[in-house]
Amino acid sequence: MADLVLTGPALEKAKSQINEALIEAGVHTALLIDQAGNVVASCGKNRKDLDVTSLAALAAANFGATSQMAKLIGEDDFSLLFHKGKRDSIHFAKVGDELILVTIFGDDVSLGLVRLRVAELTNSIDKIFGQGN
Amino acid sequence: MALIDLSKREVHCKIVYYGPGRCGKTTNLLYIYNSMNSNAKGKLLTIETKGDRTLFFDLLPLNLGKINGFDIRIQLYTVPGQAIYEATRKLVLKGVDGLVFVADSLRVRRKKNIESLNDLKANLKEYNLDINSLPLVIQYNKRDLVKSPIPTLSIEELEEDLNSELQVKTFEAAATKGIGVFETLKDISKKTVRYVANKHLLNPKKQMEKVL
Repeated sequence: MADLVLTGPALEKAKSQINEALIEAGVHTALLIDQAGNVVASCGKNRKDLDVTSLAALAAANFGATSQMAKLIGEDDFSLLFHKGKRDSIHFAKVGDELILVTIFGDDVSLGLVRLRVAELTNSIDKIFGQGN
Repeated sequence: MALIDLSKREVHCKIVYYGPGRCGKTTNLLYIYNSMNSNAKGKLLTIETKGDRTLFFDLLPLNLGKINGFDIRIQLYTVPGQAIYEATRKLVLKGVDGLVFVADSLRVRRKKNIESLNDLKANLKEYNLDINSLPLVIQYNKRDLVKSPIPTLSIEELEEDLNSELQVKTFEAAATKGIGVFETLKDISKKTVRYVANKHLLNPKKQMEKVL
C-alpha cells in the first residue's frame, strides 16, 4: 500500500465532481476516505454534530470487515454497501483500490439516483487520483 | 499509509498500539486522552464488548503542531488483543506508519506476549511490511506490580523474549497511573513523523515532480 499524496488541483477536481454529482442532487454529505480511515475530502453540509474523523475510521473498518466476510463466502469483496436509517441512510462505494466514497443522504433522495451517480463518480475520481501516482 | 494533503498542508500518520489482550493498550489511550489539552485532541472512539475488552479498535486523533509548515495529525489506534480477533487486528494494521508494542509484565502472560509479537510480524508481512523497517517502540507495562506479590517478569526476561532480535527502544510503564505513557507516545510520534517526512516532505521538489 503506497502512501497517498494529494495535490491541490487533483483534490479540487474531485471535490467539484462530487459537488456536481451528489451534493446538487440533494445528498447531505459526501466523504472521500482512504482504506486506512483518513478523510481525503469532505463535501456538502458540514454539520457540527457530525464527527467526520470517527465516521471515516468506522467506515473504513466496516468496509474491511465486510470484505473479509466476502472472502468467507468466496467473493473478492463487496464493492458497495448500503445502510438504511429512519431518516438518513449511508451508502459506501469503493473507488479504485485505495479509496472509499461515503454518501449520506435523507429519505428525500432516491437510492437509485445515488447509486447511479456514485457509479459514474467512482470511475472519474479513480482516474483523477490514478494519474497522480 | 500516511496521507499527505498538499492543499491543506497536512500530514496524517497512523500509529497502532499492539499487544496481547488485557495488556493495557486502551488504558494508554485513555490516559493520553484524559491528560491532553482539548485543542490538541479529537474525540476518543472506542468499540468494546460488555466486558470492556476492545472489540474492534479505539481511535484517538491528536494534533502535534507544525513541521516545515505542515500540520502533523496523528491517529492513535489500538487493536483487540484476544487471539480470536485476528481478522480485525489485521484490518486495523492497514496503512500503519508507526507501532507501539505493549507487553504485559505479568509472569502468566509471558507466552501471550511472544505470541502477540509473532502475530504482529505475520500480519505485517501480509501487507508486505517488515517490522524492522517500520518505526517501533516497545512498552513494558504494569511495572507498578513488580513490588506487589503477583509474580512478574524482570526487564531482562522481557528483553530476551521480545527485544533480542528487534533491538528497539523500550519504555517501562504503569499505564493506569500514567507512568511512561507520554514518554512512549513522544518517542513513537517523533520516529513516525521522521519516517514519513524522510520519505516525502524533506525532499519536496522531487516529490512534486513525482506527483505532477
